[in-house]
Amino acid sequence: MQAQLSATNLACRRGDRLLFRKLSFVLRTGEALHLTGANGTGKTTLIRALAGLTTPFAGEVARTGGIGLLDERPALDPDLPLGKALGFWQRVDGCSDPSAALAVLGLEPLLEVPVRYLSTGQRKRAGLAALLGRGVPVWLLDEPLSGLDVAAIGQVTALIQTHVSGGGIALIASHQALAIEGLRSLALEDFAPREEPA
Amino acid sequence: MIAALLRRDLSKFFPFAGGGAALPVVFFVAVAMLYPFAVGPDANMLSRTGGGVVWIAALLAAILPLEKLVSQDIELGTFDQLRLRGVTEEVMMAVRLLAHWFSFGPPLMLATFPAAALLALDGPTLHLLLLGLLAGTPGLAAIGLMIAALTASLRAGAALSGLMLIPLALPILIFGAGALARQDAASIGFVAAISLLLVAIAPFAAGAAIRAAREV
Repeated sequence: MQAQLSATNLACRRGDRLLFRKLSFVLRTGEALHLTGANGTGKTTLIRALAGLTTPFAGEVARTGGIGLLDERPALDPDLPLGKALGFWQRVDGCSDPSAALAVLGLEPLLEVPVRYLSTGQRKRAGLAALLGRGVPVWLLDEPLSGLDVAAIGQVTALIQTHVSGGGIALIASHQALAIEGLRSLALEDFAPREEPA
Repeated sequence: MIAALLRRDLSKFFPFAGGGAALPVVFFVAVAMLYPFAVGPDANMLSRTGGGVVWIAALLAAILPLEKLVSQDIELGTFDQLRLRGVTEEVMMAVRLLAHWFSFGPPLMLATFPAAALLALDGPTLHLLLLGLLAGTPGLAAIGLMIAALTASLRAGAALSGLMLIPLALPILIFGAGALARQDAASIGFVAAISLLLVAIAPFAAGAAIRAAREV
């Protein structure tokens, strides 16, 4: 089964405000899309609608294949040590050998540290490890590089590249430039509704 | 997957196990301990009114765990991640209901033994009390879960949920404590019926509340 993610004439709003409309794209296997836009243009809203967590105001989202989401909340219990917090998701996903993902992301020394003591970047990497453990074809990444140091940015970019080259799909919302082959770009500002005259 | 979820929820909420809070049980015993100090050590009076006090203590203890019951996992994004893995909100809430009841129902029933000793309750009263709590605590847990899910995205949710639980829990209290006054187990059947209804509704109501909380 080929993974695919597409949006047709999508419109989303937050509260009473229309964020974007007439947004359409198709992502097939092996493709990556860089979502750009200033703060408040609706990147997170779009990602949540694509993930199926919220219902778009108008238009349709079509998904084939499992969806993985990485946002600013890694869904790890703050009171548990990182190893146990990740262990819960490994049991849910039936992931047998998470050590490869942990080694790549440099998380092995942190497994005994409670999640609440981790830094933003470390938490982001932990969320990515949970995502890697799922083995799903479609990645929705909301600001995957924020809070990461230079070395980690390289690692994470390489991981996304590997995922895409291996036939995965990645949609990345980021303010930073991404060094990924064949990366398409989509600016949300282009789909913002025209300002109504005051 | 369900087993992993239940295991996590239990380790999160069960008293004395990991992150679970023992506060409801301590609170429950504390009320039973303070009551004789407040009304005097007249054993007759204590055994006549003590059962009702235990019921009130149980009802108030049911409010204490509500603050963290649902809102923390919404903030952490746990429910979103589970949704992406194909777990429906109803299943999440059914598991949570089970874990919530296990974490406060049986511990309260165990704590009823020292409470009964402090309040000079006799054997038949203790028997009715335990039976009533067994029938009533699932209902209290279900009300608590629905309220916690509904108020999860509100800023003053914790304070509000306490106020909302009290009137909704009244039928359970009336029939549960009523059995003690008449020394008759018949009205516990009503408590069980109310609990059954609430337990059946709760996963759907709470699940819908979580979905609604996503739509800003």
